[in-house]
Amino acid sequence: MRQLQPVRDDLPRVCDLQRGRRRGDRGGVVVKADPAGVLTGAHYLDGDFACGEGAMAAGCRFVAGYPITPSTEVVERISRRFPVMGGTFIQMEDELASMAAVVGGSWTGTKSMTVTSGPGFSLMMENIGLAAMMETPCVVVNVQRGGPSTGLPTMVGQADVMQARWGSHGDYEIIAMSPQSPQEAFDLTIDAFNLSEIYRVPVMFLMDEIVGHMTERVMIPPAEEIEVIPRALTAKTREEFLPYQINGKPTPEFARAGDGYRFHTTGLTHDERGYPVMSAECQETCVRRLLDKITDNVDEIVRFEEEATDDAEVVVVTYGITARVARLAIDMARRRGVKVGSLRLIVIWPFAEKRIRELAGKVGAIVVPEINYGQLVLEVERCAGGKCPVLPVSHGGGSVHDPAVIAEVIAQAAAAAA
Amino acid sequence: MSENKVGTRTDFPPTPPEFLPDAVSEHPPEHPVTPYLRMERIPHVWCPGCGIGTVVKCFASALERSGADLDKVSVVSGIGCSGRAAGYLKLDGFHTTHGRAIPFATGLKLGRPELEVAVFSGDGDLSGIGGNHFIHAARRNMDLLVILINNFIYGMTGGQNAPTTPLTAKSSTMPFGNFEEPFNIPHLAASCGAPYVARWTCLHIRRLTWAIEEALDRKGFRLIEVIAPCPTLYSRLNKLGTGLNGMRFYHDNAEIRHGADTRELDIDFQKSITCGKFVDEQKPTFLDRMDEHYGRVLGDKYVPMPVEGGWLQ
Ligand code: SF4
Repeated sequence: MRQLQPVRDDLPRVCDLQRGRRRGDRGGVVVKADPAGVLTGAHYLDGDFACGEGAMAAGCRFVAGYPITPSTEVVERISRRFPVMGGTFIQMEDELASMAAVVGGSWTGTKSMTVTSGPGFSLMMENIGLAAMMETPCVVVNVQRGGPSTGLPTMVGQADVMQARWGSHGDYEIIAMSPQSPQEAFDLTIDAFNLSEIYRVPVMFLMDEIVGHMTERVMIPPAEEIEVIPRALTAKTREEFLPYQINGKPTPEFARAGDGYRFHTTGLTHDERGYPVMSAECQETCVRRLLDKITDNVDEIVRFEEEATDDAEVVVVTYGITARVARLAIDMARRRGVKVGSLRLIVIWPFAEKRIRELAGKVGAIVVPEINYGQLVLEVERCAGGKCPVLPVSHGGGSVHDPAVIAEVIAQAAAAAA
Repeated sequence: MSENKVGTRTDFPPTPPEFLPDAVSEHPPEHPVTPYLRMERIPHVWCPGCGIGTVVKCFASALERSGADLDKVSVVSGIGCSGRAAGYLKLDGFHTTHGRAIPFATGLKLGRPELEVAVFSGDGDLSGIGGNHFIHAARRNMDLLVILINNFIYGMTGGQNAPTTPLTAKSSTMPFGNFEEPFNIPHLAASCGAPYVARWTCLHIRRLTWAIEEALDRKGFRLIEVIAPCPTLYSRLNKLGTGLNGMRFYHDNAEIRHGADTRELDIDFQKSITCGKFVDEQKPTFLDRMDEHYGRVLGDKYVPMPVEGGWLQ
């Protein structure tokens, strides 16, 4: 068995990176985590458990889910820990119900999450659209497996990347992120909750089966070192408050059910009162803003990690577990004398379009290994816009890539570019 | 917030008023349920003679009589003609996806247990596409008041067959008459364990109001089925006349049998409709059971979710 490359210790942890960046964003509206949800210390956890711990540290106190491999350990962890911290887990009758309950739960101000894998993710799509339309903060964890259909329930896949972006009908924007290790599963889950609060969108947490099931050391800091963005409740009176009035901000102010605002919200196209209005003009203002609140803030949301791209002839773009496999391939190619750099996407959607455009103008080729037959590579190709060739290294799932195959493609790309 | 407590429960069932005002003024007084409605959204979308508006009115009157704190009442609807009800009631209102009103309401209840959550939707929404959620919420005894308006048809999409369409009745997708066995809704709820099950028609305005008032006072999964006319589609396709003809039919054919065996509550095409309260019992709800169980197993370590919702900051 080939050893996976360990995550490099000298790189700053994602959580640290975000903390620096986030402070400015919200003028100090960050709070320390609730100690009840934080299991401070060094642990050996698999990615699923680490994700569950991240959610509890982020303040999540309502989880509705339906069992599906390989995601179930997340809710198993949560169902064991919630009763001692004032949280409720309910195993719903199916994924449609789970996602609907999460949207309902979030409207009470309680941070809410659901957990699933590919086929369940498909079933959640209708209510993910509802969450997007109602602007409901929530987190949807998808531990990806091989597909389509029932596919490979216990084996790895990365083929839900496009489903995460486009799965529900209509136009909307979401945020999707992908961890490469259990440590990141912890750190990034907190980040996912924070981003969902800032932009009032469902955040897709795209793990893959291997990250979900690999066990590594996970450092959980003390509660006072974890910064959490709380639900920002409106301070307006009932008379002044309109649920979808924005006043120049990217998102409207939030009122939770039961606080006396007696607001209305709907999945229909609505005006700022939340009332349905069936017109092209209302569709334009209502839906346009759902897109703008993300697209106008791409620089704040996008996170990636770059290595040796300054003088690279070839750049490898990766995410999730493939990033760690590709690291071996990159080392092999370097030993063969290829100048190869790496761009690891931490946030997948919105896409790191600007950076990929820049890189495409400088390098000879971009190589995109991913565990599917070509999803994210299409987006890279679009951004490269013909400035350099973009080579997929496709793999249908069930295992990770053979690094030698990626190394070979890197070498060929370098030779062709020279 | 005590100023929101409107009406107080005094006598039950109430004494009817002794006289009706006969003055027809040019400026009629405000309708008593106006404060419960989003008047800026009136006129509503429902057809003349439709039964849904009557049920909304009964719900509003029941809220007034119950003395419930309206700030804490949420109403959740799915999709369809009845699904629009959440948009007209001046409460925290959620108009959700087709069939998913019950799980959405479940999230609201569990996210903030102090809320009184009412689900107000149609037969197609709750028993067709949402059938699975309906039976599981009843099985768990989730603390929801479910008002299911049964007009035997899919109204908003144009009169297609519903899981409640009586045998031989016509619908736009059963143009030669329905041959599928319909649901007996009260029996479905009761057999899944619902502790409060009643059925009324739109003609039974007072009884329906009292039933809703009574159900607001209970806990657990409370189902009230309301038989409502859909003159635009069901009655037209079946040549049953106007909304008024529907009311006359209820008047002549509704039979009140409290405590009737729910197995006998099937509705045949244009035959009698059994109404009444069929089940009314006390049972621990999902949250009662959860608290009791964790309290017993975990003792002092158990931290229930605060009634006002999960950790905010
Ligand atoms: S179509 Fe039928 S149910 Fe719908 S509003 Fe009209 S009468 Fe009522």
